Amino acid sequence: MKLKKGIPVIDQGDRLGFWGGKFGGNFVPETLKKPIEDLEILFNKLKKDRNFINERDKYFKNWVGSPTRFIKLENLTEYVGGAQIWSKVVSDANGGAHKIYNATVHCLLAKRSGKKVICGDTGAGYAGKMLSMAAKKFGLKCKIFMGAKDIQRQQPNVRAMKKNGAEVIPVYSGSQTLVDAVSECMRYWVANCDKVAMCVGSTVGPAVFVRICGWSTSQISRELKTQLVNEFGSVPKKLKLYNCVGGGSSSFGFWNEFMDYDKKQCEFIGVEAGGPAKSKKHAAPLTYGSKIGILHGAAQYVNQNTDGQIEETESISAGLDYPGISPLHCFLKDTKRARYTAASDEEALRAYKLVTKFEKLRPSLEPSHAFSVAIAEAKRFSEDTIVVVNSCGDAYKDRAIIERRLGKKYV
Amino acid sequence: MSNPISYAFKKAKSEKRPALLTYTVAGDDSKKQSLEILKSISKKVDILEIGVPHNTPVADGSQIQTSSYRAIKNGIKVNDIFKIVKDFKKFDKYKPVILMGYYNMIFQYGENEFLKKCQISGVNGLIVVDLPWPENKKFASKCKKKSIFFIQLLSPTTTKNRLKKIIKNSHEMIYFISMLSTTGGKLKVSSKEILSNYDKIKKINPKKNVVIGFGITEKTIKSLKKADGLVVGSAICREITNSIKKRQNPVTNVYNVVNRLKNKIK
Repeated sequence: MKLKKGIPVIDQGDRLGFWGGKFGGNFVPETLKKPIEDLEILFNKLKKDRNFINERDKYFKNWVGSPTRFIKLENLTEYVGGAQIWSKVVSDANGGAHKIYNATVHCLLAKRSGKKVICGDTGAGYAGKMLSMAAKKFGLKCKIFMGAKDIQRQQPNVRAMKKNGAEVIPVYSGSQTLVDAVSECMRYWVANCDKVAMCVGSTVGPAVFVRICGWSTSQISRELKTQLVNEFGSVPKKLKLYNCVGGGSSSFGFWNEFMDYDKKQCEFIGVEAGGPAKSKKHAAPLTYGSKIGILHGAAQYVNQNTDGQIEETESISAGLDYPGISPLHCFLKDTKRARYTAASDEEALRAYKLVTKFEKLRPSLEPSHAFSVAIAEAKRFSEDTIVVVNSCGDAYKDRAIIERRLGKKYV
Repeated sequence: MSNPISYAFKKAKSEKRPALLTYTVAGDDSKKQSLEILKSISKKVDILEIGVPHNTPVADGSQIQTSSYRAIKNGIKVNDIFKIVKDFKKFDKYKPVILMGYYNMIFQYGENEFLKKCQISGVNGLIVVDLPWPENKKFASKCKKKSIFFIQLLSPTTTKNRLKKIIKNSHEMIYFISMLSTTGGKLKVSSKEILSNYDKIKKINPKKNVVIGFGITEKTIKSLKKADGLVVGSAICREITNSIKKRQNPVTNVYNVVNRLKNKIK
């Protein structure tokens, strides 16, 4: 299995949509074959269309707010000692997280296809919140599927979705989290694909959704590359990019522009959710060696039992609480381009405490996982090593959890 | 030896009626009970579809989801399903049995091993909801080698060009999804429209046995009588759920539903 140079990773899948011959694909009911093919044709055409790209860039710049900041975390660097720790503050983006890129592009595509309604899934509520914002902006009706457990633990985002006029549909089946929300959303699309567009909230799902999402979030690394060159004169000789990985949309977007660099120069580190320290459950299929299986239309490493039933996950972070992982990351893992590890709930909370103590930055629980590993490893690196952590979400949505776990003063 | 599925269609045709196909989830609500249900409805049904429950079913509505979750919770495993089929075949050797499920279950078992077990236990056909054409080409031909029908699905969204290709690649039986819906949805299109789509499929190759499924209940079954076969699933799963709720015997209740369905298409 080999990663090709000079070809975007999203376009390295084969005719049937498999990366490396075995990740991804389209394991979908017959009913969805046609709408997926239509979306593929539309996306393949538009991603080469200068007008469409200009339109996307216009909205990214003026509405999403680009570029998001690239800042040095001086105090944290001093405290940790070792590498320079920087952050790409993607939570600056309109709405407070990277999910806005994919949501915007999906709404632009829906408009082009003449659809009036868009449906989407959400875990932490960011994908749903951003989709509701973008839908409102582009005059589309919006339906968001969200696990009942997540609705309870991510109330601020639920309120935001409703305020934007979206219908939030609670999903009570299974573990009542993201995995069930995605299933329910796909079911809704099966029944309404003639009138409704679907947005999958991460780089997961049938191949075309993986590609669209990866294409959208790549804005992050485009910005970062320019910012690195502005700051250091060129892409640093020792660059390490840390990102949390749930479905894998922010990390893929954070790395994409640096894909062709040697990994000795630009190393990618993906941090999965290890779950509570004392629990056997986790959301880290790459770290803990889960087997390949099929989930939500794509072959991927996924937490499952020997029979093939998808296993329940557990993580403090709703956004990472997913048993599977993007086929793109499976591909990056097996080609050894990226390295994956996990942080536990407790480690993420400790990192959150440290970052907020030293810096004016409030990463949500998802990027706190990435901070945890970055801080632990930065100690060992030389001063000319540039560690960049994608702070891809804002902690506002996690207030209730943080208050409960760490006390009021950390909120 | 010809596949008993073909014989079932022949027999129904000779009686000038569509074949009746039922769908029940293996292990719903227990291994024993689901076998009892199969035995009791066997004489009224032409082909038995047995669901392999999966916990992330992307094409099933709430009735079949409920049945599946119930069966999984009660401990059903793939090997138990083969056992149910085997035990059932001891009771009614010639009744065709089709397993219906999601690809991950087969993938984890191993395609070859799964088919071997199908053959040993007496499975006659397979429907894999999320393994569409052309992705299913290889697996379908493996099925054929084992004399197991791989049943292709067609939907109202299937384009004409695709219809032709799939039908050409299909074995003797084809499953037509009546409308855009998950299983158990209310029939939202007229039977006339469904049958007109059905005719288009039959026209491409009249020899294939085409069954219609999704949205078929006691109320709607009669209007689709013209088809080669009709599948009822969610209505039966619902009956099991209701029986459990009312503390009644699901075996008798399901038999009664199936009996009424059969009378409507006689």
